Parts: sequence; C-alpha cells; structure tokens
Amino acid sequence: MTDRSALLSMHGITKRFGATRALVDVELSVRAGEVLALIGENGAGKSTLMKVLSGAHRPDGGEMYLDGRIYAPTGPHQARQAGVAMIYQELNLALDLSVAENVMLGQEIHRGGWLRQKREQAQVTAALATLGHPELRPETPVNRLSVGARQLVEIARALVARPKVIVFDEPTSSLTSHDVEHLFQVIARLRSAGLGIIYISHFLEEIRRIADRYSVLRDGRTVGSGRLRDTGEAEIVALMVGRDVNDLFPTVAHTPGKEILSVDGISGVKSPRDVSLRLRRGEILGIAGLVGAGRTELLRCIFALDPVRRGELRVASYCPRANPRARIRAGLGLVSEDRKGEGLAQERSIADNLTLSGLSHYSRAGWLALGRREKAVRDWMQQLEIKAAAPDQAVKELSGGNQQKVAIARVLHQGADIVLLDEPTRGIDVGTKAEIYRRMGQLAAEGKSIIFVSSYLPELLAVCDRVGVMSRGRLREVKPTSAWTEEAIMACAIGGD
Amino acid sequence: MSEAPLPQSSRPVATRRLISWLGTLGPLLVLLCIIALFGEADHLKQGKDVFLTYQNARTIAVQASPVIVAALGMTIVIIAGGIDLAAGTALALSATVLAWFLNNGYSPLLSIAAAILTGCLTGFINGVLVSALRVVPFIVTLGTMTIYLGTAKYLANETTIRPPLADIPTAFDSMVTPRPDPEWLVETLGIPNFAWGVWLALVLAGLLAVVLRYTVFGRYVFALGSNEQTARLCGINVPLMKIAVYTLGGLFVGIAGTYQFARLSSGNPMSGIGMELKFIAAVVIGGGSLTGGRGSVLGTVTGAIMMSVIASGCTQLGWRNPIQDIVIGAIIIAAVTLDQVRQRFWSN
Repeated sequence: MTDRSALLSMHGITKRFGATRALVDVELSVRAGEVLALIGENGAGKSTLMKVLSGAHRPDGGEMYLDGRIYAPTGPHQARQAGVAMIYQELNLALDLSVAENVMLGQEIHRGGWLRQKREQAQVTAALATLGHPELRPETPVNRLSVGARQLVEIARALVARPKVIVFDEPTSSLTSHDVEHLFQVIARLRSAGLGIIYISHFLEEIRRIADRYSVLRDGRTVGSGRLRDTGEAEIVALMVGRDVNDLFPTVAHTPGKEILSVDGISGVKSPRDVSLRLRRGEILGIAGLVGAGRTELLRCIFALDPVRRGELRVASYCPRANPRARIRAGLGLVSEDRKGEGLAQERSIADNLTLSGLSHYSRAGWLALGRREKAVRDWMQQLEIKAAAPDQAVKELSGGNQQKVAIARVLHQGADIVLLDEPTRGIDVGTKAEIYRRMGQLAAEGKSIIFVSSYLPELLAVCDRVGVMSRGRLREVKPTSAWTEEAIMACAIGGD
Repeated sequence: MSEAPLPQSSRPVATRRLISWLGTLGPLLVLLCIIALFGEADHLKQGKDVFLTYQNARTIAVQASPVIVAALGMTIVIIAGGIDLAAGTALALSATVLAWFLNNGYSPLLSIAAAILTGCLTGFINGVLVSALRVVPFIVTLGTMTIYLGTAKYLANETTIRPPLADIPTAFDSMVTPRPDPEWLVETLGIPNFAWGVWLALVLAGLLAVVLRYTVFGRYVFALGSNEQTARLCGINVPLMKIAVYTLGGLFVGIAGTYQFARLSSGNPMSGIGMELKFIAAVVIGGGSLTGGRGSVLGTVTGAIMMSVIASGCTQLGWRNPIQDIVIGAIIIAAVTLDQVRQRFWSN
C-alpha cells in the first residue's frame, strides 16, 4: 500500500517493549494539504506511534518516508529539523519567557552566541501573521496569555522550523470552546498552506469537522482508514473498540424518589449567581453550558470548596457548615474536573488516593489498619474494574480512564449519597466512558443522587433524568431530558442576559 | 479568512507598561525608600547626618561588594532553576586556597588564579553531580557544602592560614578598603572614589546582565529554569547547560573568595559558613524565583546593597545586631510577598 502522493508515510512500523508488542505493522500516510485524524482508544498505540514519528522511539521494524526520502529521526529536535513538528497535549512552553523567546527557543538566530533580536522578532511576527493572529505581541510574557493563545505560540514555534508535517496531539483537551474555534481556523490555514497535518483526538465530532481522512489504531495495529465523508460515526466507534457498540450509552433503570438536596439562591465570588436547584434521591441531574458558564464553580460552591457569598444549601433538612469536611459528612462527594492538579495525588498509590477521604474507617486512635484497608481497596478495584497491578501502584502510572475510576471510587468509598461529577468522561476512551455511564445508572438505582456537569451533550441527553443549562453564572432552565434537544440546549447556553 | 482577535488584557498598554517597569525597578525603589528612612531617622537622632554621608556610602559599598559578586553567581544558578547551598563554604575554600598559595611563596597573580579556578571547580563539580546523578540541586549542594568545608579545613590544617603580611600586596587592601588612597579617581575623573573592588563588582554585574540579555546562553538559562522539559524538547543540551551554569556560578564564587581574603588577610575555612543564605536572600529580594525562570542582575545587586544598608543603618541608630537580623528577615518575607501580589495581579 504505497501511496505515491503521500507527503509522509509510515510502512510496517513495529515496536516492542520487552514482551509486549506496542505497534504491529502500522501503516499511515498523510498528503500535503490534508488533515488526517488518528483515532484510537487510550493504549491503542497512538502515542507510541507518534513517539516513533518524532524520533523519541526507534522502531524495531518498518520504514518511514518524508517527501520521498527515507526519514529516520534520532530525536524530537532532529525530527523538527527534518520537517516533522509535534504540538503536544501538555503545552511545552517556558512560561517566564516572552512569546518571541519561546517561539525561537532552540532555533535562535545568532552570530557567535549573540542574539539577533530584531531578526528574531521579524520571524516571530511573520509566523503569527501566518497563523492569522498578528495581534499577539512578541514581547508579551507567555504566562500572561490564555491557554488558547499559548497554543498558538507553540504552533508558531513549529512553523518557524518550516515543517512539512505538523502533529496535533489532543490539542483541544484543555481549550475553551472559543479557543477551539480559533484552533480550527488555524489548522485550516495550515492545511491550505500545503502542510500535512496529523490530528489526534478522542472527540469524533471534532474530527468530523476538521479532518479529511482517518486512520484507526487498535491494540497497536491499523484496523481501518478511509475518507471521513464516506464513514459513519458508529462504524468508526466499532473500529476503535473492536466490538459492535450497539449501545454507547448504557443506561440502568432508576426512579427518582424524595428530595435530598436543595440549593437556594447560591452565589459565589464571580459565579454562580443566584442559583437554585432541587435534587431527588436516585436522580441524575445534568448541567450543560459553555466553558466558563460557571458550572464548575457551582459544584465547587455546593461542595464549599469556593467561598459562598449568599444563599443556602440543605441536605434533607439539614444545613451543613460551609467547609468541604462538613459537606463530606453530610454525604456530598466531588469528583474534580482536574484529575492531575486537584483530583488525585498523582505520586501516591491507588490505595492512598482511594481512601484519603475515608481513612477513619481504618484508623483507631490515629493508627491505620493497613491490611484491612488493602482488602477494601482490592474490593473497590474489582467493583469498578480498575486495571492496575496492585493497590500500591502510583496513580500517575494509570491510564486516564483508570485514574478517573479511582477518583470516582474515592467518592463512593467515603459513602457519598450526593455525587458531584465534573466532566468525568473528559479525556477518557469510549469503552471506559460506557462503563462510567453504566455505573452512574447503577448508583441512581441504589438511591444515590448525581449532579453531572458535561460539555458533551449526547452523554447528558442519554444519561440524565433532568438537564439544566447554565450561562454567565446563572442556571437558566431545568427541564426533563425528554424536553431538550441538543439545539435547544446550545441556544439556551449561548443566550445572553 | 478573517479571524477575531484573541482576548487580551483589558488594561491599557500604558498601564501595563508602568506595572512592568514597577516590577523591574520595584526593589530599587524600596532601596531608595529604606535609605531615605534611615537618613531621616539618623538625622533626627544624631542631629547631624552620619548615615547619609559619602564616607558611609563607601563603607556600605565595600561591605556589599563580595556579597554582590557571589550573589551574581547565585542569580544564574537560581534563574536556571537550581540552588547552590555550597556557595558559602566554596567561597571560604577559594579564600583558603589563595592564602595557602601566598603562604607557600607563589606569586599573588598565580594565587588569585588558583582561587578563582578553585571556585570554578567547585561549581563544575556541583554541575556534574546535578547532571549525572539527577539528584535535586538542593541535596547535591547540601552535600558538597560540607565537602568543600572539609577540603578547606584539610588544606589549612584545621586552623586559619595567615600568610606573612609582607607577602600580601597592597592591592588586596585597596580592593576592599572603605578609605581608598590615593584619591586618584576623584582628582582625575571627578567620579566618587570607591575601592576598586566596588567597581569590579559593578563591572561584573554589567557583564552578566549583558550575557543574560543578549546571548543564546542567557536565553537558555531562563528557558532551563522556566521549563526544563521544554528546553530538552527544543534541542537544548540540558546536562551541559547545567554544568555551564554551575561552573559560571562557581567563577563568581571564586572571585568573591578573593574579596574575602582581601578583607581578612587570611584564609579561614570556617569564614563562609552560612553566607550562601545571604546570597540567596539577595537574589530573592531582587525578584528572583526559587522555582526558576525569573531573576535579574539589577534586582540581585539591589538586594545585596539593601542588606548592607540595613545593617549599616541599624548600627548608626544604635540598634543591636539581633534587631538587624529581624529587620532583614522581615524584608525578605515582604519582598517575596510583594512579588506574589504582583504576580496575582497579572494573572487576573
């Protein structure tokens, strides 16, 4: 399958790590002026493949061609010089340096070690203009830019090296929807400038908007590729998970009961503003809205993580004090949207993370019964199907999906009756997503209540009993799910004051 | 294709520029305020100016110079995201080496060269250990701190090396004397007359500022401290950079060791214990960040002078030494707090 018109092609790429075969005979090609979506679940081998492409890993077999020539980079820097640039998920910027300094980092224009700053500025300005954002000033320190603008700096850095191929690795995972639009415009510009683009993402809707062709990886093999226009969503998902997913959103029957949580006129520092809501036992309440609409802040106020300026919260008829400890005792539990920074102590073990909020179960006079704790943790790992070697494995070694399961397990372990989930399926593969939906349904069936914040409307509409929409800090409308459509939610979310 | 501009700070450009300038010059303004305060207090108490005199300025400058020089080295290390706890004992080791060479009849120039090379070597060892062992610099230099102390003691036979006064050239004395003589600078050029060590410190500061601002090396120092992963990704040779950074830091420590010898006319292995904290304090007061990526030569120089000014001012007012310590400690905390406030202001 040699594609003569391809700008970059990878043939029969194989990579082993010890006994495991991470990549087997992978085929991939990108043409100039084309966006190729690389799709696959976590652990399918996408990142290994990209590491081979960027020279971080040497393949054990297969070859790569760039512009008709053999391409065998020995490291990220060499790859960039050869014309393959990577835009990583975690932005790689020196935050204390200026835009220009970051763009030129490692490719400074100098004479005998002395910088030619004027010429650097000109290059940076040109790159930013190519991206359609000449308003970014080269001398601005990067730490004063929004995440979206920072990403532009990273793309500009890649552009200065005159790349032929740019790889975007989950570029939208930390962007607001507004910034996503900007990014898509930038990618469209790069495509029309004749670059080959590889776009890695979990979001099928995104891929549909931006990509021309797709390749699906599963278990380290290329299992399918083609034109997106000719392929249905279900088909791609089936390729990804390797089985027929007749049900992306498994549901469990449950009936809401008595009211358990009431929030009246709650206001935070900036948002939420004057939000009231009711939640019943065994009910899943979805909260939709744009990023920045105040959904996360609402959950944080309910959990008393952020200061509450006004308003009242009752669990059953009881008014718990406004600190997380009291809220946990009252039966609330929060799964943070920020797994890395806040949700989990990445360096610590599964056991430590899972039991952190409920250590009192295993302590007597401050001494921990570690044996009993380990047994309990093993139970939870089995229940939630957390794939890990042992309870004492560090959380940072787990995949995103398994990390999220640990975070959810902690809230369940502490005995929460009201579970606040903030974007629980973000950055998680399709299979684990389905598991999480099923788990939510089961919890509701057990009489627990859930507030489910999400930016992905199909899951809200599939899983929730009622959905509320927030915009500009206010909860606009709460209606039974059957009364909503995606369009109606969007219209409500972008509606102004 | 037309695209909406990205949202940027709503503050007008002029305001932003003003704040940016305040950030750079902030420590300097604080220094001027402190000088004014002590001047006024001193005037009220004594009825005449003792603090705000030419002579006192010369004394303060001479006291600050060695701290400035060593703190310049610390500035590079801290900007690059490291720390050098061994700077104090390495400084004493350099001074001891100088004394040992003089004592054994070597020429003063050779002795100075040996002292400065010793400084470089201590830094080089720190850099190699940090790079090769991949142990955090705090721990590495905590270890070498004691190693350098032991080495100096070994060299000095656990005493202080006192070369015969006749063998010590007068240039050493005139390097750090508060009363330089003859007053050639004033007479020929009309510049205030400070000991030549003061001028050397300022020249070194100027050189370092230029290197940090206008060379690829300087930019890599900032990049390394700001985000090491990024530096590696962009093809910067991180281990080599670290070795270079610590060695350059050691160079300044070696020169500062020469000042130390000039001041004491002897090599005392113990004379550097605890000094590293003073260097770190100078960098931090000057706006340096211990997490790396931020710091400036002007700030460090200001910080070092500030500590000398406070020490001198407190003495003039008859405050005892413990009070001086408390004041300097409070200034360090205040400086860092101010800096935090400024950072938070920006992030909004």
